[in-house]
Amino acid sequence: MNGEILNPLVIGVLIGGLYALIALGLSMVFGVMRLINLAHGDLVILGSYLSYFIWTSLGLDPILSLVLTIPVLFGLGFFIQQFLMKRAFAISSEAPLIIAFGIALIIQNANQIFFSPLSRGISTSYSGQSFFLGLHQFPVYYLMDFIVALIVMLALREFLRRTYLGRAITAASQDSKAAQLMGINTKTIYGFAFAIAMISAAIAGTFLGMTFPFTPLSGTQFLMIAFGVVIIGGLGSLFGTFMAGLILGLVQTLAGYFLGAASQMLFVYLAILIVLAIRPQGLLGR
Amino acid sequence: MMHTMSQETILKVDSIDVFHGSFQALWNVSLEVKKGEMLALVGSNTAGKSTLLDTISGLLHPARGSIAYEGTDITNMEPYKVVELGITQIPEGRRIFPEMSVMANLIIGSYTHRARARRDANLKRVYGLFPILERRKNQIAKTLSGGEQQMLVIGRGLMSDPALMLIDEMSLGLAPIVVNEIFKTLKEIRATGITILFVEQNVRKSIQEADRAYILENGRVALSGTSSELSEEEKVRKAYFGI
Repeated sequence: MNGEILNPLVIGVLIGGLYALIALGLSMVFGVMRLINLAHGDLVILGSYLSYFIWTSLGLDPILSLVLTIPVLFGLGFFIQQFLMKRAFAISSEAPLIIAFGIALIIQNANQIFFSPLSRGISTSYSGQSFFLGLHQFPVYYLMDFIVALIVMLALREFLRRTYLGRAITAASQDSKAAQLMGINTKTIYGFAFAIAMISAAIAGTFLGMTFPFTPLSGTQFLMIAFGVVIIGGLGSLFGTFMAGLILGLVQTLAGYFLGAASQMLFVYLAILIVLAIRPQGLLGR
Repeated sequence: MMHTMSQETILKVDSIDVFHGSFQALWNVSLEVKKGEMLALVGSNTAGKSTLLDTISGLLHPARGSIAYEGTDITNMEPYKVVELGITQIPEGRRIFPEMSVMANLIIGSYTHRARARRDANLKRVYGLFPILERRKNQIAKTLSGGEQQMLVIGRGLMSDPALMLIDEMSLGLAPIVVNEIFKTLKEIRATGITILFVEQNVRKSIQEADRAYILENGRVALSGTSSELSEEEKVRKAYFGI
């Protein structure tokens, strides 16, 4: 193999891990509640800003800041589902989309007011470091993105498969009436599902903030990527979401390598279209 | 074969009216279930049988009247609390969790706090009653046959460690030989002390299998009595047995 191509291949896979990490929460909310959470990108970016704020004001390492940002986003997710989405679902299936869009706008504007429209980034002692693969050098935080994405995906999957709460979420998403007859309180279970998806959003936000610069409007950009990942991966499969993240990352960096940066997103959208045409349920969807 | 049947009441439904929106499905319905008995609730398609089970389970609440279980008022209780008390419903239409494995379906049956503690014992009991479920435990539930799916939902209900099982139209779409098999198992379950209230459209078969029966017509109790009383009743013979 040509040694040169190793560079975009490795970067594609590692960055793909970050894309998967961002998409996991979107995938879970979509899989359980059939809700396309248009606010997901902005909720992730809110996580980035919270980590940034804690890092700048308290000097806390961004990874340690998760101890604070996870509970905040967990609570916010529970609130959004229980007090906004639940009522919106009772009106129609479009209403939650509009609510999600509204939440996205509120978060974007709140971030502009509190953090200014300037581009921010989180840098740590390890952000300048790199590791070697052969003769090539790669940033350490790309590797961290990948490893964390893998851990979060496996943790979410095991949570849904092995715990009573996780099984209850899965059961309620497959048959709400039967779930009630099992003794599951379906009035709060979706709140917990949304809240747990937001744990992954908080983690994604922190690592995104360490990897890329972000602005209050970055959420939309990452929502588009996450959306592509969920479409490629397929509904209801977290492993599919993870694999799709890697594929999307690879498509993006390889297109950039061979055809230039301007063609990157074009090829991402082409990949999505091809999957939709050949396998509309996604690679690992049901 | 005679079963020891106490005269103690486990469930008392007292003159309930239940509505679906503006449509009244149940009119002044009263019903009593004795501890340890096998009670049939029969009647035609729209008689209100499933509505009555859903009201007992707390999925619907009556506009008037009351429901008491072991002396506790459950009239307006949420479904998840009703299950916690020991009432389980086996819903109509074999509502398995289709994408989950057979074992995962059974385990979610033990979701309530009281059932979790007895999960392993109950799982053993279910596998004892339905050995086919153990052989297929890692299979995705939707790949089971209709009869096996019905066994799975009954097994899943047993996992909640119930004292009272409400079973809705289990014979629907199943071959008679499978139905007989399941009725045999229900008798085994009843022999372990679990009270059973089952809903069926087939009046003749149900009256044969049950100790007592209630016949619902258009949301009202038309007749009730022991199986032998009902099979003697001229109205029943004419309307349902055709003799």
